[in-house]
Order: sequence, then C-alpha cells, then structure tokens
Amino acid sequence: MVSYLVTILSLVAIISILGLALNLQWGLCGMVNFGIAGFFALGAYTAALVDLAGAGTLVATVAAAAVCGIACALVALVSLRLSDEYLAILTLGFGEVVRLVVLNEEWLTHGSLGLPGIPRPFWGLIPEEQYEYWFLGMLGGVILLLFLALEKLLRSPFGRAIRAVREDDVVAATLGKDVVKLRVKVFALGGVIIGIAGAFHSFYMTYIDPSQFSAILTAYVFMAVIAGGRASNSGLLLGSVGLMAVIEGTRFLKDIFNIFDATQLSAIRLILIGLGLILLLIFRPQGCFAEYRLKIKKPEKEPRKASVQTETRTT
Amino acid sequence: MLSVTGVTKAFGGIAALREAQFSADTRRITGIIGPNGAGKSTLLYVVGGLITPDAGKVMLDGEDITELPPFKRAHLGLVRTFQISRELSELTVLENLLLARPGQSGETIWKNFFLPGRVRAEEEAAIERACAILERVGLRHLADNPARALSGGQKKLLELCRALMIDPKIILLDEPGAGVSPPMRVQISEVIRSLRDEGVTFVIIEHDMDMIARLCDRVYVFAEGKNLTDGSFSDIVADQRVIDAYLGGLD
Repeated sequence: MVSYLVTILSLVAIISILGLALNLQWGLCGMVNFGIAGFFALGAYTAALVDLAGAGTLVATVAAAAVCGIACALVALVSLRLSDEYLAILTLGFGEVVRLVVLNEEWLTHGSLGLPGIPRPFWGLIPEEQYEYWFLGMLGGVILLLFLALEKLLRSPFGRAIRAVREDDVVAATLGKDVVKLRVKVFALGGVIIGIAGAFHSFYMTYIDPSQFSAILTAYVFMAVIAGGRASNSGLLLGSVGLMAVIEGTRFLKDIFNIFDATQLSAIRLILIGLGLILLLIFRPQGCFAEYRLKIKKPEKEPRKASVQTETRTT
Repeated sequence: MLSVTGVTKAFGGIAALREAQFSADTRRITGIIGPNGAGKSTLLYVVGGLITPDAGKVMLDGEDITELPPFKRAHLGLVRTFQISRELSELTVLENLLLARPGQSGETIWKNFFLPGRVRAEEEAAIERACAILERVGLRHLADNPARALSGGQKKLLELCRALMIDPKIILLDEPGAGVSPPMRVQISEVIRSLRDEGVTFVIIEHDMDMIARLCDRVYVFAEGKNLTDGSFSDIVADQRVIDAYLGGLD
C-alpha cells in the first residue's frame, strides 16, 4: 500500500510540474498549449536518448529542458503573426507530429517497442528498496524549487507584464512592452519546465513508449490548472493532487459496487471526472485559489484625515 | 513637436484618411474634431503606431516614427488612451499603473533572481510615484481594487494615470469625455490642463464642444478623411464649412 501511494505521488509530482508550466504559459500569459503531451514526449525521449548514450542523467535533463525550450520558442514564434486561437491549433498539431515521429522513426525511438533500460539518477548510490522514496523526494525538491522560482516571478514586474499581455496585448504594447519578446520568453520557459518533467518521467519509468504520451495527459494538466485556479501555483498543486485522488480513487469503486465490470467502471470514472469538473466550474468558476494581486496598505488612517480637515476649516 | 503629413489610409475600398496632416505644438493641447467617420480615430491609431498608413509621415521631434512599433513609441514618450477604456481588468488599479513604468529591471527574468535589491528599490519607487498620481486624481483609495470594478469615468482617469507613469512627452486622448458624467468630465479637464502647464503635450479627439473650447489651444477639423480647417476654437466655430460638415453639407 505504501509503495502504491509513493507511485501515485510520483505521478502527481510529474503532472504538477507540467501544470506549473501550463500555469505560466496559459494561466499567466494566456497562451494556450494543447500540445503538452507532445512537448512532454519530446522531453522524455530527448532525456532517454541522451541518458542511454551514457551522458548521465544531469546532462540528459539539461538536454531535455533545452530541446523543449527551443521547440516551444519556435512554435510561439511561428504563431506570433496569427491570432491567439492559432497557437492552440499549432500546439495541437505539434503534439501530433511528435507522436507520429516517435512512432515511425524506429532507428531512433524503436517505434512502438519503446526505449527500455533508461539509467536513473543516483542509481547504485541508494539502496534499491529505498529508491522509490528517494526519487519521490527528488521530485519534491524539483517542485519546491520550481514553485518558489515561479512564485517569485509571478510577483515580479515580469509577472505583471505577462498578465497584462494576457488581459490586452494592445494596451501592453502601447505602454511600452515588447509583447512578442514576452510571449516567446514565457512559452520557452514553459517548455524548459515541460522538458524537465519529461526527463523525470523517463527516469521514473526507465522504459518509455508512445502510449505513455496520449492526448488525455494534456487534458489532465488543463483540468488540474482549471480546478486549482488559473494563474495560482498553490491552487495548481492542490488541483493536481485532487485530480489524481479522483482518478485513482475511482479505481476502488469496483470493490464497493460489484455490479459493474471493469470496462463499465473505467467509463464511469471518466464520467465522474467530467461531472466533477462541470460542478466545479458552475459553483467555483475561478478555481480553488484566486490569482495573486499586489496589495498595498491603505494610505492614511481616518483620524488623521479628519484632523487635516478640521485644520483647514479653522484656518 | 509631433507632426503628421500627407497621411493616407484605405480599408478595402474606403479611404479613411486622405492626405491628412496636423501638428501638435509642445506644451499645447491640440484638438481634433469632426463628424463621425471623419477619420479621427484612424489618425490617432496611425500616430500611436497601431495602424501603418499607406502613405505619409509621422514625425516626433524631427525623427521619423512612421514605421516604429507602438512599444518603441512609448519609449520615446508617446502614449495613448482608448475611446472605449481598455483597462487591464484583472490587474489592480495600482498594478495597471506600475505596469506602465519604463525601465524596470524586474521585467527581465534573471534580474529578479540575481539583482533582487535593485528590483525591489525600483518597485518601491514606482509604487510611490503611482500612489502620488492616484492621490492627485482622487483614485488613491481604490489602488488595491481590480480595475474592472471602476466606473466608466474612473476607467478614463485610470488610463490617463497609466499614461503618466511613462513620464510622457505627448499623450493622445481618444474621447476622454465619452461616457463620462459631467462632473467627472470637469475633473478630467482639470487634470489635463494642469498637466499641460507642467509641460505635457496633448492631442485630444472629442465630441464634447465645451471640453474642446475649455481645453484646446488649437483645433483641427476633419471631414471625410480630409483636413477641413484649423485654428483657434472661436475661429473654427465661426467657419461656415465646419457647420456644414456637422450638419451633413447642405449645399
């Protein structure tokens, strides 16, 4: 049971990293990314290939981050001359291209057979029976670092500028913001984070094949971001834990309701997830947490204001 | 000084502007009036850089800025407001202002992590300036509210405040009085006039003739995309052509 929980938490952690990336791209800057599964696969395969070539897990992670960052920057650049909706189509198309390349370029990816035996970080240094815990700890560390960095960025003038681009890019431009540069930066940074998630997925699974990167993954990440509260990172973490609890928790329905068979239950699970999301959007459309807004203290207290007024009256 | 010469712009087969020209003297308020469809807003879009003209030139202090993207015009101190307020609704009033502050190190990703002291100092200075501006127009108590919660008139003021944050040389105002209650219109006029006295140049499009009369040092009249006449407000109201243009040309 404990190892089952550790497995689930590791998967939650990887989804959360993807969620942090989407929250930056879509939540803060309004750039829709329907190709998360594709970029994630790109990161995972890059990391796996570099790792299998014997370069080590650190180099593999950096390579995955770099490749995904560049791929995202290029996709963002291509779509810049088009209106916002086209980014959605473009990313969706990109995801499909990655899937087909992975499936068909067998010399590189072994197609549907997948890549086995991906070396893991610190393997051999840690006793094998404890490895899963250490790996979860590592993932926790990565999330913590990313979370702190992104929270800092969210509260910075950079965060403010990209929120402004999301609200109205024309206004942002007339106020002196280089919208093109901001958008490319944000999308590339999101790509770097997706690449890191991909690398950790490869290390965790030690075996990757195209079926692990289906489009439903993109939907899960969107659900986590929407449920948690768009543009809120803490909301996202709660959202991805909640989402995984529902997805995994509903597996146990068959122990309670033994009138359904396994196929019916897997359909019911998706219905329940959909229902949950609809209810959430009806009763709490802004998600669990609201987005950060800068607040300053009230200017001056009422008594002082009153005394100023009496002064002017007496003079 | 801002000068626009020979600007022509057609949308499909419709000529919105034909050889339009005007100049805005430094530290003066220049008004642009004309009946609906005269091309006033198009002209302002050309000056602001959101529309590139088919022909003609926009010069700012002797520099040709016709092809310059809007964000670079803002760096030169040229900023505009919109006819229908475009507040950044999910940002607070204060954040709307802070956004406009030029030269913030914190807009570069790495500087937030490696020069946090500088970023913080700049942010504090920007907040102080923003609060001073908000205090001046009486919006200080709303600083922490999301901008979407403001009234129509307050949104117009917010746009003006936002423009002030870039320490502008020239502010283009597209109908600052539209959809604003009369007392608020007076307040906005007061703010504009006192800013002019401090050295800001204004170009204003407006339908409210009282506001034009009260504010403008020079008025340009446009009709059907062309210059009709220009001069002081008393000159142009005495001009029969202007009256004809507004009444639909009864010749």
